Amino acid sequence: MTATPGLAATLPDTGPTVTETATPPRPAHISMSGVTKVFNGRKGKVEALRSVDLDIRRGEFVSVLGPSGCGKSTLLMLLSGLLSRTEGNISVGGKDITKPNSDLGIVFQQDVLLDWRSALDNILIQAELRKSPMEEAKAKARNLLRMVSLQDFEDAYPHELSGGMRQRVSICRALLHEPDLMLMDEPFGALDAMTRDQLQIDLLRLCSERDMTVFFITHSISEAIFLSDRVVVMTPRPGRIERIIDIDLPRPRRLAMREDPKFTGYVHELTDIFKNLGVFREEY
Amino acid sequence: MAAIPDTNLDRFEDTRTPLRRAFDSIPPSLLTLIALLVFWETMVQWRNIPEYILPAPSAIVEVMISYWHRLWPNALVTLGEIVFGFFCAVCIGVPLAVAIVYSHFMQRAIYPLIVMSQTIPKVAIAPLLLTWFGYGVTPKIVIVVLLSFFPIVINSVMGLKATTPEMLHLAKSMGANGWQTFWKFRLPKALPSIFAGLKLATVLSVIGAIVAEFIGADKGLGYLILIAGANFDIARQFASIILISIMGMVFFAVLSRVERIVVPWRQGSDLAGEG
Ligand SMILES: Nc1ncnc2c1ncn2[C@@H]1O[C@H](COP(=O)(O)OP(=O)(O)OP(=O)(O)O)[C@@H](O)[C@H]1O
Ligand SMILES: [Mg+2]
Repeated sequence: MTATPGLAATLPDTGPTVTETATPPRPAHISMSGVTKVFNGRKGKVEALRSVDLDIRRGEFVSVLGPSGCGKSTLLMLLSGLLSRTEGNISVGGKDITKPNSDLGIVFQQDVLLDWRSALDNILIQAELRKSPMEEAKAKARNLLRMVSLQDFEDAYPHELSGGMRQRVSICRALLHEPDLMLMDEPFGALDAMTRDQLQIDLLRLCSERDMTVFFITHSISEAIFLSDRVVVMTPRPGRIERIIDIDLPRPRRLAMREDPKFTGYVHELTDIFKNLGVFREEY
Repeated sequence: MAAIPDTNLDRFEDTRTPLRRAFDSIPPSLLTLIALLVFWETMVQWRNIPEYILPAPSAIVEVMISYWHRLWPNALVTLGEIVFGFFCAVCIGVPLAVAIVYSHFMQRAIYPLIVMSQTIPKVAIAPLLLTWFGYGVTPKIVIVVLLSFFPIVINSVMGLKATTPEMLHLAKSMGANGWQTFWKFRLPKALPSIFAGLKLATVLSVIGAIVAEFIGADKGLGYLILIAGANFDIARQFASIILISIMGMVFFAVLSRVERIVVPWRQGSDLAGEG
């Protein structure tokens, strides 16, 4: 291999050459350019997103952080093809998104559990609709319920579960078919701090086991830093990307890292961005 | 006043005597009914009210037994009209509701008319139906259908529209086709509302059958009530009324039973109010 630098040096500079990074960059899983969404609301047009450019690599964990109403959920809906964009291009896995994409798992902002199905059956609907083998799906669903500590509630109807439990069931539903892309809209928002910590760890473990790409929306600065490879900061009216911050913390992530000076450094950096944007006002 | 210690709420060991326990197991509404009947009986006996004005409950029971050979065959005729009419109403109403929810045209061209026609007193068109369909069971069934059809359609439409955009998003994100979306999302979501409509319809179908028989019939409980009235036979009128009421209640109870089986997830929330 000693010859390589010399060889590279002697080669004429045509096109892309070998870069210095140790691992080659993985191909883009999601790529968005110039994405704009205008709603025709009752009080005229609302520009929910303006000219959003974002590429997400395969296996990457990207969090979107921003104040309420800045268009995070709208961006997720556009990515899933459930909403149509007004302008711009979105492709997922090389395919242009023009209709609802079912090649993914979504955790919606509301849990959207079906009242008439038990917790287990709510998870299994994923397999029913995809016509997967049921026995296998059932075993997987039970495993997922165990992962979120709901193994004793598989027969409970949604109205018998707490808000946090319901959201955990909806996370299991999104994971059942082992998608390689997860879209999550504040999935842990309704959970208590301890369950939240545990689920963050579980999610990271799943990501490393399954090589999932995750698009994760959150309000929590520390959650975004803890989970992500990159944090996308959005600002409202119109919703657009303000900054993208690389989180250079080693994996696997451990809860103790949240006291790490590097971690708190990121927290300060993000807090300052929001302060400068006028999202936080400290004087009272 | 001292606060009641909340431990009382936890202690549920049964200290009642067997007699008391048996008494407590009777529904309070039944007790009220028995009290009313006792009051009625004693008032009639005590004030010597003649039977052609108000017969005592005991006298009505006697008539029911002695008159049973006429009551029962006529009751079966009425029951047949009720059940068949109701069945037809369900078979027309629910699919029509589906069509209204799924078709923009039906939604805008048919549904408003159905809602508006609610204000027509259906009973008023009963004589018209008699002219068209004669004295047989057909006009009775048509009236039963007309009366019970509306709550079924309206409630089914409401139920089928109750599917939230979020649920439809979820369905799409899991790759559900239109058929699956209907069977696994829309219909189950609509079932509680559909059953509310069906239960309303049972009551209306009983009314429809009796009214239709009033207007022109030669059999059925409505017919018996009418001729008993013409003969000033109050006891027979009461006997027929009681029988038709019992039939109505049983019909309603059967439907509630079916609802419990088909819509089991509602049980928890329904029972929440009952101690
Ligand atoms: N269907 C719609 N019609 C009109 N305006 C809409 C619609 N959906 C969203 N909006 C507008 O788009 C903007 C972004 O909404 P979005 O739900 O994406 O915000 P968000 O960042 O997810 O907020 P939150 O953190 O509170 O969930 C808001 O100003 C909202 O009013
Ligand atoms: Mg949102």
